Amino acid sequence: MAGSGWTDPRPMSPHLQIWKWHATMAASIMHRMTGIALYFGSFLIGAWILALAAGEEAFSVVESIVTSPFGQIVLFLWCVAVLFHFANGIRHLIWDGPKAGFTPGVASAVSIFNFVFAVVGAALVYMVAVYFS
Amino acid sequence: MSLNSMRTPTGTVRGLGSAKSGTDHHIRQRVTAIALVFLVPWFLYAVITATKAGYEGGAAFVAQPLNAILFILTFGAAFFHMRLGMQVVIEDYIAKSGTKQALLILNTFACIALFAATALSVMKIWISTGA
Repeated sequence: MAGSGWTDPRPMSPHLQIWKWHATMAASIMHRMTGIALYFGSFLIGAWILALAAGEEAFSVVESIVTSPFGQIVLFLWCVAVLFHFANGIRHLIWDGPKAGFTPGVASAVSIFNFVFAVVGAALVYMVAVYFS
Repeated sequence: MSLNSMRTPTGTVRGLGSAKSGTDHHIRQRVTAIALVFLVPWFLYAVITATKAGYEGGAAFVAQPLNAILFILTFGAAFFHMRLGMQVVIEDYIAKSGTKQALLILNTFACIALFAATALSVMKIWISTGA
């Protein structure tokens, strides 16, 4: 750091682009991204229940948006985000409680599992929702 | 390098360390997460069932006492959890003091307003439709 004016002797954390991509890193970033997405998604869920309480007219507007192709894509992505944050959140609880799953092999395997679980799980939920009523 | 040399001069002078409110945040985040482990699978089932039933059927589903209770519990746990999560995101990425404070307050207001609106909606459906 010569000549940069940086005088703090404490070690600096390397920037994000220095790291080689790992499954654990991708899962960590995705956990925060899905968390932020679900934050805004919950306002859409709120709009749905508000419309249901407001009456048939308001509900039909929300229903037409939900059943439109755009609404269905948003709903599917919401489901993927829920399942990823759900699975990875359980992993966080296992890290904090039983303090298990820290070894690199296990951590990477669980990370990949969480990604697969989110996408395959959302597809399964979608199929069940469409074909069974 | 000893641990002491890694402290900032201000930190060394004050000797205070953190603001000591992190543990509380950490525990609340986990406790709401444990509640959501049980509530979210039910919520997925509930949203699918209620949306497939149309207006009348959806309202009838929400109006069942157990469902109404679980909806309100899910909203409470989820909005508390997401307020804590968004708080950390704001604290991590927004360095400017005034903006950070404003967003933290907005975050709290938004989550509490969302809970009030959704909980009242569930109660309205329950009272107007329910047995």
